[in-house]
Amino acid sequence: MSEIDLVPLHKELARFTPLGRSGLLPALHAAQKIYGWLPQEVAAEVARSLRVPLADVHGVIEFYSLFYNEQVGRNFIRVCTDQACALKGADNLLGRLCKHYDVEPGQTTEDLSLTIERSPCLGLCEQAPVALVDDDAQTNIAPDFKSYDLGIPRSLVYGSMRKLTVNCGNGTTTLAKYGEYSAYKKALSMTPEAVIAETDKASGLVGRGGAAFPTGIKWGGAAKIQADQKYVVCNADESEPGTFKDRVLLLDDPHRTIEGMCIAAYAIGATKGYIYIRAEYPYILPVLENALVEARSAGYLGSHFDIEIRVGAGAYICGEETALFESIEGKRGFPRVKPPFPTTNGLFDKPTVINNVETLCNVPLIISIGSAEYRKIGTEKSPGPKLFCVSGDVAKPGLYEVPFGVTLREMLKMAGGVAGKKQLKAVLFGGAAGAFATSAHLDVKLTFEDLRAAGLPLGSGVIMVFDETRDLRDALKRLGKFFAHESCGKCYPCQMGTQRQMEILDRVANGNVLPGDFVRLEDVGWAMTDASLCGLGQTAASAVLSAMKLWPELFVEESKVENKKVSRVSKVSKAAKKAVKKDVSKISKVSKVSKAKSIKVKKVVKAIVKKNSKAPTNKK
Amino acid sequence: MTITFLMDGKEITIEDGKTLLEAARENGIDIPTICFHEATAANALCRICVVEIEGMRVLQPACIVHAATSMKVQTRSEKVIRARRTILEMLASTIDLSESPEIQNMMYEYGASSSRFPDSERRESEVKDDNPMYVRDYSKCLLCWRCVQVCAEDAQYTFAINFDGRGFETQIGTFFDRSIPETSCVLCGQCVAVCPTGALKPKREFLLEQGLSPQEISVLNTGRKKRK
Repeated sequence: MSEIDLVPLHKELARFTPLGRSGLLPALHAAQKIYGWLPQEVAAEVARSLRVPLADVHGVIEFYSLFYNEQVGRNFIRVCTDQACALKGADNLLGRLCKHYDVEPGQTTEDLSLTIERSPCLGLCEQAPVALVDDDAQTNIAPDFKSYDLGIPRSLVYGSMRKLTVNCGNGTTTLAKYGEYSAYKKALSMTPEAVIAETDKASGLVGRGGAAFPTGIKWGGAAKIQADQKYVVCNADESEPGTFKDRVLLLDDPHRTIEGMCIAAYAIGATKGYIYIRAEYPYILPVLENALVEARSAGYLGSHFDIEIRVGAGAYICGEETALFESIEGKRGFPRVKPPFPTTNGLFDKPTVINNVETLCNVPLIISIGSAEYRKIGTEKSPGPKLFCVSGDVAKPGLYEVPFGVTLREMLKMAGGVAGKKQLKAVLFGGAAGAFATSAHLDVKLTFEDLRAAGLPLGSGVIMVFDETRDLRDALKRLGKFFAHESCGKCYPCQMGTQRQMEILDRVANGNVLPGDFVRLEDVGWAMTDASLCGLGQTAASAVLSAMKLWPELFVEESKVENKKVSRVSKVSKAAKKAVKKDVSKISKVSKVSKAKSIKVKKVVKAIVKKNSKAPTNKK
Repeated sequence: MTITFLMDGKEITIEDGKTLLEAARENGIDIPTICFHEATAANALCRICVVEIEGMRVLQPACIVHAATSMKVQTRSEKVIRARRTILEMLASTIDLSESPEIQNMMYEYGASSSRFPDSERRESEVKDDNPMYVRDYSKCLLCWRCVQVCAEDAQYTFAINFDGRGFETQIGTFFDRSIPETSCVLCGQCVAVCPTGALKPKREFLLEQGLSPQEISVLNTGRKKRK
């Protein structure tokens, strides 16, 4: 172990030492770049330089998926196996890749040259299937992986208007092309109060990250607090499966986000900003860094307000605003209890405004054309343009900019309809934390109010289409796996609930449902929804519960599906609920029996699955 | 200053700034707790103390939410009971509750079945017996965080322990799984004192349970020199 040369590390660490604990994630990233992983001596040296307790450094390394405390390959292929990619054969692709290199997923080749991993959604859903090959995006991978695109991903931008995406689709927009920050200049000629008023009720802007919180309330809250330091944070930790809008906005038009941040900083009186971007977007980093250099040389950034980039390390939870603060502060990404809210006690316990990339991109538009003009776009209760991430079984997947108020039908028509002239089975709305819709929802207008009335969340603007041939049990199984992988482990309902949900959904997908699983899954889902600490747990069962309502037959044992009518299922489950104790004693008996018979049953079930659907069976 | 609000239909008047849990306890209303401890910062993470507050979208943890004028609180609504029962059932399917009589009582009270989740993964680990003071059996660990808290800013500022893993796989751990004597642990024993389940246990108690007599245990301590 003593052969590790710490000299190159010392040189790197000098940059992060002044940051103290807040420098922990950047320092670990830098160390991992040198050594390929984080051996004990290296972690100890990082701890010593930044004056962070050893145990805490260990805790941080353990929390983030992309920090490794065991030796891994010099190169990485991370294959996305989430929803959108799964529809395009990601499992098959991963299998072939692993066979080719003679490793299992998550393993490293013997010569330590390569590690192949499954990855949660890589945010490249419109070009599925995809992988991340070191720092390059590998997209549109052919089933034999002989043809693909490699490097910076393309941006496929469509829709009926181009306000937010005016500079998107043709590579990165430099400052020279973007032009001066005219909206920022206009804002500087207004009072901060007037700027906030524009982003508040005047424009009706609400957050585009998923929670739809009114932007002006955040800004106003942080503005009115007296503090020696305030922060503006851009949440670019886009990790909701099916979401890729922020990737396109940052890659093609970074100055729009930066200008939005400058305006926010002026409005609330902040002198420091952070862009927290997920580590799965490494190819955006140079673009962002260059844009910041350009903005500094043009005088938009400087001593009055400057921005630092922080890179995540593989943790969906860090998109939750308080977990994101913890991560910038060099800690495990545990969400905090609220209140207090970020506007008063945010990053480093200071008043903080945190907005999603797309939200910030709306700000220059509102300021430059004025809120009255802005309100002419969209509907009265959902004003403005909206980006939708359309993926899955559509003819033309991509990023669609439309005014709020188009219907799902119009949206799908724009996207060329269901691919291959097939019928629509389902649409996953709002991402993994969203809900399923069916053709019955085609005429729902895509606005906050109409979707809410229909029981559908807008979320981060995900529209993922499943055609009639798809096995939704497979989609549900992936949802289960995703949340179990991404739960931070802090609060009990989510920590254990995501695990139990995954186990039941695995049984559902494999056709070996146990008696009582339906009610069990409901109870776990509602316990998470009602009692979890943060938004992750509160929405971890959202799509599953919506599917249980729409297709209860999916959750009944495969062999019984044909005999059981939909309506009976819920009655059965209610009866079971009343007799929980009886039910439980039965279950324990049944499970013993089912274990003994499991081999036989599995074979039978597989045969049934093959017979009943053309969809591939799910093998681990 | 006092405030008045409704809890389970009962009008309650308490000092301003008190939590719903304090209000309940002062008024003989039972709200169960697991992770809460007077000596540590409340993290509201076990969620067993959640209550339903009119107008709130989700259930709220009574241990940190302050009572407010004209609040309407239900401590045993259907939602609350379902959440508590399911959390307890998930706990029973995850860890060894044999030394958690308080939680067993809660399970009885809420009709929670310990076999509600068959065929489910448990959090199991080997007993770690690596220091003269205490034994660690994380198969019994509830992840209430109290030990990590008292080892850090809540009491000792020793920072010997933190977390391994994430999500369901979370466990209390040391830097690269070092043994306790190889960490900054000063054997202050505060973590053992706040552990609610016997996951952390004094070495002597552990040995007595193993069937050793006090005499046999004292022989084990022969390495210790007597003071002159």
